[in-house]
Amino acid sequence: MSKKTTATADKNDAAQVSPAAQAPVNAKLTKDERIELYRKMVRIRRFEERSLRAYQAKKIGGFLHLYIGQEAVAVGACSLMGKHDHVITAYRDHGHAIAVGMDSKPLMAELYGKVTGCSKGKGGSMHYFDPSRNYWGGHGIVGGQIPLGVGLAYGVKYLGQKGAAMAFMGDGAVNQGAVHEAYNLAALWDLPVVFVIENNRYSMGTSQERSSAGPGLAQRAEAYGMAWDVCDGHDVYEVRATMDKALNRARDEFKPSVVEIDTYRYRGHSVADPDKTYRDKAEIEEYQRTRDPITLFQQTLLGEGVLNEALVELIDTEARAEADIAADFSEASPYPTVEDIQKDVYWEVDNPTQRTSQGRLFFE
Amino acid sequence: MPVITYREAIRHALAEELERDSNVVVLGEEVAQFNGAYKVTEGLLAKFGPKRIVDTPISEAGFIGMGLGASMLGVRPVMELMFWSFYSVAFDQILNNAANVRYMSGGQINCPIVIRGPANGGTNVGATHSHTPENVLANHPGIKVVVPSTAADAKGLLKAAIRDNDPVMFLENTLLYGEKGEVPDGDIVIPLGLADIKREGTDLTIVTYGRSVHHSLAAAAILEKEHNISVEIVDLRTIRPLDIDTVLKSVAKTHRVLIVEEQKPFASVGSQLAFMIQKEAFDELDGPIHRLATIDAPAIYSPPVETEQLPNPARVLKAALAAME
Repeated sequence: MSKKTTATADKNDAAQVSPAAQAPVNAKLTKDERIELYRKMVRIRRFEERSLRAYQAKKIGGFLHLYIGQEAVAVGACSLMGKHDHVITAYRDHGHAIAVGMDSKPLMAELYGKVTGCSKGKGGSMHYFDPSRNYWGGHGIVGGQIPLGVGLAYGVKYLGQKGAAMAFMGDGAVNQGAVHEAYNLAALWDLPVVFVIENNRYSMGTSQERSSAGPGLAQRAEAYGMAWDVCDGHDVYEVRATMDKALNRARDEFKPSVVEIDTYRYRGHSVADPDKTYRDKAEIEEYQRTRDPITLFQQTLLGEGVLNEALVELIDTEARAEADIAADFSEASPYPTVEDIQKDVYWEVDNPTQRTSQGRLFFE
Repeated sequence: MPVITYREAIRHALAEELERDSNVVVLGEEVAQFNGAYKVTEGLLAKFGPKRIVDTPISEAGFIGMGLGASMLGVRPVMELMFWSFYSVAFDQILNNAANVRYMSGGQINCPIVIRGPANGGTNVGATHSHTPENVLANHPGIKVVVPSTAADAKGLLKAAIRDNDPVMFLENTLLYGEKGEVPDGDIVIPLGLADIKREGTDLTIVTYGRSVHHSLAAAAILEKEHNISVEIVDLRTIRPLDIDTVLKSVAKTHRVLIVEEQKPFASVGSQLAFMIQKEAFDELDGPIHRLATIDAPAIYSPPVETEQLPNPARVLKAALAAME
């Protein structure tokens, strides 16, 4: 957590009004748009809970990095996307996928390794993509996606479009060299990118105090002459208000910025993390009790008269049903075949009538 | 036919493709204002301006990754590595991202990027600057690998590489930049994955690529003149895709094979070739497949000794005679 905002950890009145509610980008939201923000956060949580059950039932292989607790970050940021805005993130990528509008069935099927998955069962949990929604992954190597995010911004600018790239990373990524190289390029060339640090505090299991030098993570932007900001990632209105400023700075002025969003994951780094060595259970419970982004926004919308108890119940029921339907769909879907292994490797192989090269592309 | 250098041939390919497609952009260290560390891009900034010809900081992971991200949106970046040896600091971007993004997205995303620069020893720059990573690169499905040996091949193959929708790694050679050759004017495009018989012969097939083609040609002339051995030289030109058919056809003619490569021997391009030749042309072989590689150690600095570490005409000659025993 950024030292600039540690004081907000004392917030314990879930019903208090978000100061960001009056920001123009939030004030203009219709009732339906507010409900949709809430619904997306609930859908992410129920999706994640259902995928955890599937994992425990051994339906899912490999790693599963759950987004539970961080929902307001992806939903708030991605709700601001226009036609030429882009998203790229690391391996905790399910929340962003739902936030940009991907359907939960192919997302769940991807976890099941089924051919109906969003990457045909070839990517897995860490590698979700949907270029039709400007969602460029889903990347497994900490920080490795950040130069690609700068490239998206470079592409937007080169092609003469008005837009911005959001390059998400965790607090562990800030110590990777590629991230600093990306910062430098973005600032040097005035590229429309927002670097979003989702600071869930533990860089897997090594806290910020034990992993990152200096006064704050976002503040490192100063070394590159970039604007920076921090915000409370438990408050979807604040995420939107903060990201709106950064995105407009990118779109209108071609200026990059770094936004550090304080957030918290309730589950371990991945489900393989026993979560006993680096934090207290009491800390998790405290966050769940006082800072839960869904509970906070629910209270806010109840206070605004946008939600009522019946609608809260309905949204939750529908989200649970949606996750179950996605799991049933995944269960019923076929696996890719062995023949599918060598498809989607080369564009040329998948478009044989347009192949220009000769010779063998695959070997035994 | 015009005679130009290998360097000029690459420059012509770049200029013609920049002219043809406004999405082509050249980025790299010292490619613009400095006119290229090896002068390959000389004059391009003046002709195409700073939007198309871009000097990058010394930041290979950053700018290669950036080019790759832009390629996902349809920009067609041609990235210069001052030395291919520097690929090691961009390894994650090249071999995790460029090679895998199409696959991990289930075929939804293409990365039409070219990464080019010299990859060779023989210039007394020691172990850090003398890597020849074509085997490492070719080990990664999803990317293509090209190693041209002549000016004409360099031009035609680079134009094909820039038009290719898959990521292409293009490995040049500082010792060939000044070599001249006949290069047809205009739009010559040589398909990737097509080997070229650089010399016809009947007694021994030398399979090779890059600068080793020239060493092999020199040795072949001596073999013909002094030993009455007729050597056929197959220049692979592209490592992946691989034109194994042309290799096998030559083996069926000569029945003896020597592979010559500027590569460390362990798991090299030659290792793969030897496996494929024995598997697919076992009955054609009159003897074991021979291989001449770089002597297996980091690149030595000492100038006269480095020459002996690498393939050279004398070493090729000796290896060819051994293959004929």
